[in-house]
Amino acid sequence: MYDRGWSDGLPLVPPTRERVLRMLEGTSRAGDEIVALMPPNLVECTVEKVAVNSVMAGCRPEYLPVVLAALEAVCTDEFNMHGILATTMGVGPVLVVNGPIATEIGMNSGVNVLGHGNRANATIGRAVQLVVRNVGGGAPGGVDRATHGSMSKLGFCFAEDEEGSPWTTLAEDRGFDRSVDVVTAFCGEGPRILVDQQSRSAESLVRMLAEGLLASVSPRTVMGMDGLLVLSPEHMARFSDAGWDRPRFMEELGKLLMVETDGILAGAGGIEEGLPSGLAGLTLPKFRPGGLLVVHAGGPAGLFSAIIGGWVNGPMGSEPTSREIIR
Amino acid sequence: MTEPVTVLDPTAEATPRQRSLNPRPAGLEGLTVGLLDISKPRGAVFLDRLEERLTTQGAMVRRYAKPTFTKPAPVDLRHEIATQCDAVIEALAD
Repeated sequence: MYDRGWSDGLPLVPPTRERVLRMLEGTSRAGDEIVALMPPNLVECTVEKVAVNSVMAGCRPEYLPVVLAALEAVCTDEFNMHGILATTMGVGPVLVVNGPIATEIGMNSGVNVLGHGNRANATIGRAVQLVVRNVGGGAPGGVDRATHGSMSKLGFCFAEDEEGSPWTTLAEDRGFDRSVDVVTAFCGEGPRILVDQQSRSAESLVRMLAEGLLASVSPRTVMGMDGLLVLSPEHMARFSDAGWDRPRFMEELGKLLMVETDGILAGAGGIEEGLPSGLAGLTLPKFRPGGLLVVHAGGPAGLFSAIIGGWVNGPMGSEPTSREIIR
Repeated sequence: MTEPVTVLDPTAEATPRQRSLNPRPAGLEGLTVGLLDISKPRGAVFLDRLEERLTTQGAMVRRYAKPTFTKPAPVDLRHEIATQCDAVIEALAD
């Protein structure tokens, strides 16, 4: 299977007829139903082809609805999977799962949430990437031109810790009811840990988070790239103890994410990279309205949060995209 | 000996249609050459220079631009270039 070019470099589970039939039992959808036009070759991709690749990725049948919804999300013009695959920047679809299905299929939203050790987290994202590779025809060195790549191109999927959060969930923030199963695709790089082990107040921690976020992707980008902030439970406690809900947090953080453009113009500080001189004298937000997504996840101990930098955003690049998961 | 295992094909099972490139033109005199800017910063610097050189060699130059560098060129744009030009040069930038 490796020699046929089907693998991402890791061993694959052989997709025997029996395993694929068992995988298809995980969805109510017919095997010949078209899920999406798969980039880059814009091939009609059936549920059955997704099932074959999900077997190879190591998924259990109950994960299949999440894989299908994730593929529907990424294969849209607004998410722009073709561009994300082709770009020299090392980004890939980061998948966040909300709703009861996350617990039911055993997804991890706690200890080592962005790392290894959980079958659902590890294989759902991998299955999505294998479909793009095998059905869509997008492989490194072909249409995939990433300079460095990142682990988000291997497969990056996790669940939000909803039960432990005093806030509304990411999916609720994006207009879904809490009882609905939702996958949100965000175009992002690997996570960068932000350390703050000393802040004891919400006011202090929000300032520290802002400092870290201002450097997301590059200290010289404003509004053009989105971000995903993964707040750990111990960091969340600073805000819940102070009575901050999600809107209050976003409001306070937003005030601290304003950037005076004079400091990041091309040539400022002896650095040629930067904004054009026509944008001098302005104060702009680091993230466009709605361009910073915030989720709660991670182990119960540890005064860290994680920042996942994005890529070119909006109609010019990629829009974070959510889809309901149909079982 | 172990029994052979039959696995299902994970690929699109499509056969790519092979198309050959048009023959390279012997000269540029009288030809229309399209210059496609992918809309990244400074792509125009390179294309402006190419336009100067092509024009001195007798080519007529038409300029095009993708709406955004992050997405494939829209089919209408590709059709426009294919019907209006004898050759095309696409410029990357940065």
